[in-house]
Amino acid sequence: MRKPIPLLVAALALLLLVPVAFPHLKFVITLAVAKGFAALGVALLLRGGLISLGHAMYFAIGAYATAFLGSKAGVSDLVLLLVASTAVAALAGLVFGAFLVRYRAIFFAMLNLAVSMVIFALTSKLYGITGGTDGLRVAVPTVLGWAPGKAAFDGFLFYLCILLMVVLGWLVHRYLQSPLGHALSAIHTNEVRLEYLGVSAWQTLLTSYTISAALAGLGGALAAMSIGHVLPEFAFWTESGHLVLTAVLGGIGGVAGAFIGSVFLEILHTVAVGVAAEAWNLIIGLALICVIFFLPRGIYGLIEARRGSTKETGL
Amino acid sequence: MTSNSASAQPLLRAEDLAISFGAIKAADGVDFALQRNEFVAIIGPNGAGKTTFLNLVTGYLKPHRGNVWLDGRPITRMAPRRISRQGIARAFQIPQLFTDHSLIDNLMLAIAAREGIWQGLTPLNRRAYRDEAMEVLELLGLAADAETMTGTLPEGLRKLADITLAFALNPKLLVLDEPTSGVSSIERFRIMETLMNAMRRRGLSALFVEHDMEVVQKYADRVVVWNAGHVMAEGTPAEVMSNPEVLESVVGVV
Amino acid sequence: MFQTIVPLFVDALANAALIFFVAFGLTLVFSVLRILNVAHGSFYSIGAYVSASIGLWIVSAGLNPWLTFPALLVSAALVAALFGPLIERTLVQWTYGRGEAVQILMTFGLFLILEDLQRLVFGVSSYYEDTPVALLGSIEIGGIIYLNYQLLLIALAVVALVAMRVFIGHTRMGRLLAVVVADREISEALGIDTRRMFTIAFTLGIFLAALGGALATPTAGVAPGLGADTMVLAFAVAAIGGLGQVEGAALAAVIVAAARVLAIYLFPALDAVAPYLVMLIVLLVRPYGLFGKPAIRRI
Repeated sequence: MRKPIPLLVAALALLLLVPVAFPHLKFVITLAVAKGFAALGVALLLRGGLISLGHAMYFAIGAYATAFLGSKAGVSDLVLLLVASTAVAALAGLVFGAFLVRYRAIFFAMLNLAVSMVIFALTSKLYGITGGTDGLRVAVPTVLGWAPGKAAFDGFLFYLCILLMVVLGWLVHRYLQSPLGHALSAIHTNEVRLEYLGVSAWQTLLTSYTISAALAGLGGALAAMSIGHVLPEFAFWTESGHLVLTAVLGGIGGVAGAFIGSVFLEILHTVAVGVAAEAWNLIIGLALICVIFFLPRGIYGLIEARRGSTKETGL
Repeated sequence: MTSNSASAQPLLRAEDLAISFGAIKAADGVDFALQRNEFVAIIGPNGAGKTTFLNLVTGYLKPHRGNVWLDGRPITRMAPRRISRQGIARAFQIPQLFTDHSLIDNLMLAIAAREGIWQGLTPLNRRAYRDEAMEVLELLGLAADAETMTGTLPEGLRKLADITLAFALNPKLLVLDEPTSGVSSIERFRIMETLMNAMRRRGLSALFVEHDMEVVQKYADRVVVWNAGHVMAEGTPAEVMSNPEVLESVVGVV
Repeated sequence: MFQTIVPLFVDALANAALIFFVAFGLTLVFSVLRILNVAHGSFYSIGAYVSASIGLWIVSAGLNPWLTFPALLVSAALVAALFGPLIERTLVQWTYGRGEAVQILMTFGLFLILEDLQRLVFGVSSYYEDTPVALLGSIEIGGIIYLNYQLLLIALAVVALVAMRVFIGHTRMGRLLAVVVADREISEALGIDTRRMFTIAFTLGIFLAALGGALATPTAGVAPGLGADTMVLAFAVAAIGGLGQVEGAALAAVIVAAARVLAIYLFPALDAVAPYLVMLIVLLVRPYGLFGKPAIRRI
């Protein structure tokens, strides 16, 4: 299958110019990329045919891990915070996933929802650890001994997000091309056959579930540093719905889709806030329904289709 | 276990196998054995429990009683994926393919599954797998359709494609559920010829459920007749076809 | 202890009765259409807004305050008639046979649209209209005072459950609906107009959700975000009972009420977590819910 590589490189180059050309968009893009990681996690599971209505919990777990380690455990180094937060989210994904990936279809969606609502309710109630409904503040971290001011850190974080997006995006792409990645989409089309080939659907899905939780956790940690504050709402089920929406809007045919969807939505949001702030949900709700009707393979599918590929990997 | 004793015993053995669905006994204390290099056909009226027997042997269903051995090793109550890894590969009555992958991708995934699916970030699409997949496809006459999405293959080819996936696992025993059902009678013999040649070249043993008596007579070494969860009769095709009881209950119905 | 636990339980049960109406609708729509409607909770809040608005109008216009009771029912019917056929015939119908991911996404899109529509029409302030509660007053049993309205809610939930059984078992329409639930292909072969059945079931589902919301306004009021909160609670109740199982949902509602009381007693912080913990525990033991049955795939 041919890939729209030149277009993606051009889009990337454009992104790198954002802090210079549109400084006020820097924060928007940083947040979009952070959420893009979570959407990518959701997109992975969608390739396996599983729709999670609870993945915002891993985003929240990553964000809260960063906030908690920073404010209560005195960890201030960015690298340490990112690694630790991602690891915590991955561990949570491994533990919850071990029983969640036994389920399919609506049951998988609902059980993820249930777990995420437990996490949501706990984050709003356990005041001593999570700061309750007020959430936690996130201080500006240090970077391997360098202690930047807020503005300098924001600039650094922007480029770090882009770098991580490229590196991890490429790794996830490689994963999807590997036997295990193919097995994942094979679960979607024919789980019985996969089992009869001697492959454990449970192990295949648990691997992808853990990766997806880690990606969402990393996204949460990055978002926490960018926003400077974490709230229980990060884990609410509507946020999980938004992640699925982002993944589908961008298209699950390729790794780039999740980030395209996320950047597209965040920029649209920024524009819409000025014009029709009250109707934002209305706009994306309509957009989602239009995408389902007319663009089943998302925005990424649109670019890819121009390149002559006909492979159907959508829903 | 020495190779001597392994070759002395049947490749597949089932003893006192039983399962029931509610009041229906789909298998009621069945004993069965299949020797190395044998092609054994199972015939019987609809609802006799033929597919259920395949499901029990391959692990899709768990027997309520009894045991199954492959090469002398117990495989009773193992999951299908473990039984596959022990050396039984199955093809299905309704072809079970990864319909939005190309045929060669299907094959390469089967080969990767056989070799162990955990291979880090090495791509599935690689020279060694591609070559081997083409070999299997050529063996079964599907090389021309390597790049076709399996979902768009015609029914007859889908059945063969399903069988190639089983072949790719290099099994000891092939289990085929009605390999020629839903296929025109001309095509039926073409498929069977290809299949028999391929199995002989690979030195495979096979257990297959079949409705078509002509196919059974022409290709089976031995026939096992099922009726109401029992083995009613067994023997060479000629012996079975001359059994009046069989003619009445099975062939008459078919 | 008895003096505190019984009123707590009655209170929790009255709340559970409201959620039961929503879960009832959700599970009904699922059993007939095989669709999980993520926007279902929004009709609860819309029902609440409409009934609160009508109730406030009745009071401010100086009409007979007892009119607020029929107004509750009328509001729910209004919401169902307005949205049911329209949404089923357009958005929902398109998703039939397209897999649950598309169905969940489509109804999530609908949920987002309805959330903003409510904000645009009813604003962001909360509505509260408690004439029915005041009219019914309270009753003292064994030294404990209960709100009659809450007892009425519990009774209504039981009535709804019985009415559904009578409808399914003793009316032509109900029997046809039961056939559609049992086997869609056979019902089509029998010449049953399944499309019409889908519209009816979907509209009935919305009516039940809106009724729950309308009945909730006199005790709890309505504010933005209510739809999203109710949605997940109704999910939990429907899932515990087994999707498609109305009696299961009823039992689940009682269990959830009991769990909340227990939580308030033992770990007050866990009050809001209780329904989801119950759901997790039940689904771990019985993946298809208390009354649900798994479907086995033939190969």
